[in-house]
Amino acid sequence: MIVTLLLCIVVTQLILFVLGFSSNNTFYEFINAAIIQGVPLLFGATGEIITEKSGNLNLGIPGIMYIGGISGIVGGYLYENSTAAPIGALCIIIPLLSSFLGSALMALIYCFLTVTLRVNQNVTGLALTTFGVGIGNFLGGSLLKFFGRTGSISLNKIAPYFKAKLPFADSLGNFGKTYLSFGFLAYLAIIIAICASFFLNRTRAGLSLRAVGENPATADATGINVTRYKYLSTIIGSMIAGLGGLYFVMDYTGGAWTNNGFGDRGWLAIALVIFAIWRPTSAIFSSFLFGGLYMLCIYIPGLSSSTTELINMLPYVVTILILIVISMRNKRENQPPASLGLSYFREER
Amino acid sequence: MKTSEKHVKEPLFHITKRADISILKSILIYAVAVVAALVICALVIISVTKYNPIEVYKEMIKGNFETKRKFFNLLQDTAMLLCISLAVTPAFKMKFWNLGAEGQVLVGGLASAACMFYFKSDIPSWALILLMLVTSILCGIIWGVLPAVFKAIWNTNESLFTLMMNYVAIQLISYFIAVWVPTGSQVLGVLNQKTKFGWLPDLFGQKYLLNIIIVLTLTVIVFIYMRFSKQGYEISVVGESENTARYVGINVKKVIIRTMIISGAICGIAGFLLVSGASHSIHKGLAGGMGFTAIMVAWLSKFNPGVMVFVSMFLMFLQHGASSIATKFNLDKSVSDILIGIIIFCIIGSDFFINYKINKRAKAKEVTQ
Repeated sequence: MIVTLLLCIVVTQLILFVLGFSSNNTFYEFINAAIIQGVPLLFGATGEIITEKSGNLNLGIPGIMYIGGISGIVGGYLYENSTAAPIGALCIIIPLLSSFLGSALMALIYCFLTVTLRVNQNVTGLALTTFGVGIGNFLGGSLLKFFGRTGSISLNKIAPYFKAKLPFADSLGNFGKTYLSFGFLAYLAIIIAICASFFLNRTRAGLSLRAVGENPATADATGINVTRYKYLSTIIGSMIAGLGGLYFVMDYTGGAWTNNGFGDRGWLAIALVIFAIWRPTSAIFSSFLFGGLYMLCIYIPGLSSSTTELINMLPYVVTILILIVISMRNKRENQPPASLGLSYFREER
Repeated sequence: MKTSEKHVKEPLFHITKRADISILKSILIYAVAVVAALVICALVIISVTKYNPIEVYKEMIKGNFETKRKFFNLLQDTAMLLCISLAVTPAFKMKFWNLGAEGQVLVGGLASAACMFYFKSDIPSWALILLMLVTSILCGIIWGVLPAVFKAIWNTNESLFTLMMNYVAIQLISYFIAVWVPTGSQVLGVLNQKTKFGWLPDLFGQKYLLNIIIVLTLTVIVFIYMRFSKQGYEISVVGESENTARYVGINVKKVIIRTMIISGAICGIAGFLLVSGASHSIHKGLAGGMGFTAIMVAWLSKFNPGVMVFVSMFLMFLQHGASSIATKFNLDKSVSDILIGIIIFCIIGSDFFINYKINKRAKAKEVTQ
């Protein structure tokens, strides 16, 4: 699969050159923009992969990513207002922790409903998305009013800490500008994806987690605490996904909030899980590919506005095609966890 | 592995599945859930607005029923949500997770708008309306049946397929608006404003009355189809167990495709009603997330079209009420999403107490190990 993905990247690159990318600089800018767009998707996809491995299909991820973003903003805003001279370390830790807290609470709602109360996962997930997007937009739109201010949120003291790039990035020419100029969260996304892959495939807990997702009854019989695994993996997965929202509001938009600004990236992240066939390492490449598709229209010169809209359709069409191809090939190792989307009740046979 | 010598703690509760439950008891459980939801919502409202929640709820009622226009807006939105809920019902009953109602409605609306845009007044208005209806239904069917065909033949994951089709539909609308509006303003004005060609006529001076009547008729038809027809029964058998369906000789693939044709067609009608009977224009937010809300409506009403009328009205009441308190207290409009979220969590959570029984662990220590 990774080979196919690399092929995809090479093909895109070729198309780009054919379409008239004579100047190398534009090309590097495009790669850079693709990675920037890909990072929130990667966080979301990694989080959802870990969640889905436990058999929980969490369609609340889009809402959770909104919450991850807005909790970070709220935490950062409160801190920025409480001190005149913010300390660098706290500027990062406070938004990070509040983002974790927000996403974890959302995951708790989801787990309580689907694992403990055994409610249908799709309905719970959709409700969670409505709820999360609602809270995000509500707090984002009204936060300043609570403090009796007007205008829009901009955390210009805290955001620079998230945007800070490696000091030697600019001195390394095109390579540095393209691959080393991101804030720390972008690298964290890749590290987390690699760690998740290691955890799932190489550790005992990862094996148990996969067992829970494949067949909870068997896992239960071998003494694995199914409920605990489902709760933990969903909560940790949603905390990772929430980081995607945090990256978006802190790094990408530079500490500003616009209602519905995060858009449909959460749904794309869920689609990415399938695109990456439940492998966090494949998610790295595919999220950057998706990011590229998302940004493609800006980098093709001389497009009419109608063609732009058609090119913006590409990520979704590609996802559909991949879905179809995966289901047609029907290989055993490419299938979703067997109990995905089903609640587990021990006494049900 | 840990040794099995460890003392096993007896859990405090023991959960079993209920065989059946009296209607009275289940209504009581739902009532408790709704009250709990309203109390939680009230707490949220107090903490946000610092106003007396009873005043706030009063404001919500005023926002819905104060004037005739507001009341008819509520009825119109209820009818639309109801129509989309009806559309997703047969598919869900079959356990086909059609998350693409939004897109199916949008292409339906797009087809209607296209007819209005291209035919203007070349043909009589009634013929135009008929043409709009037919093309809308056809487009809705295409959008719905595509995932169904792949699901039936290759078992492609339908929830993600339909979800992605939403965004394809949204981009398609953006594309056509960009083609139709050469100025690049991305806003298509009201079509045929002067001639009113392709507009559904007013009934008794009420713009939305015809929409409402059409949707109510559809409700009855869907109810009869699901409850009394052979096809409706086949849908519920496939939903309960595909293997059973196959065993009794039901052609599962055919049922899946046929049901999604129906689902897509009703979504197409919803799109037609939204364009021809209400907005007379098209934009990306035409369905306004109702495709997703409809899924929750269908689930909350246990696929019963009669209950759906009330559930969709209740949710729309909340939405309108919340947006009027948002204007009154100068808050963001999305407060309605939060309230709807809370209420749905409470109601779907209460399902647990209907399906399962919690037994306190009796003092049964004499049981031999």
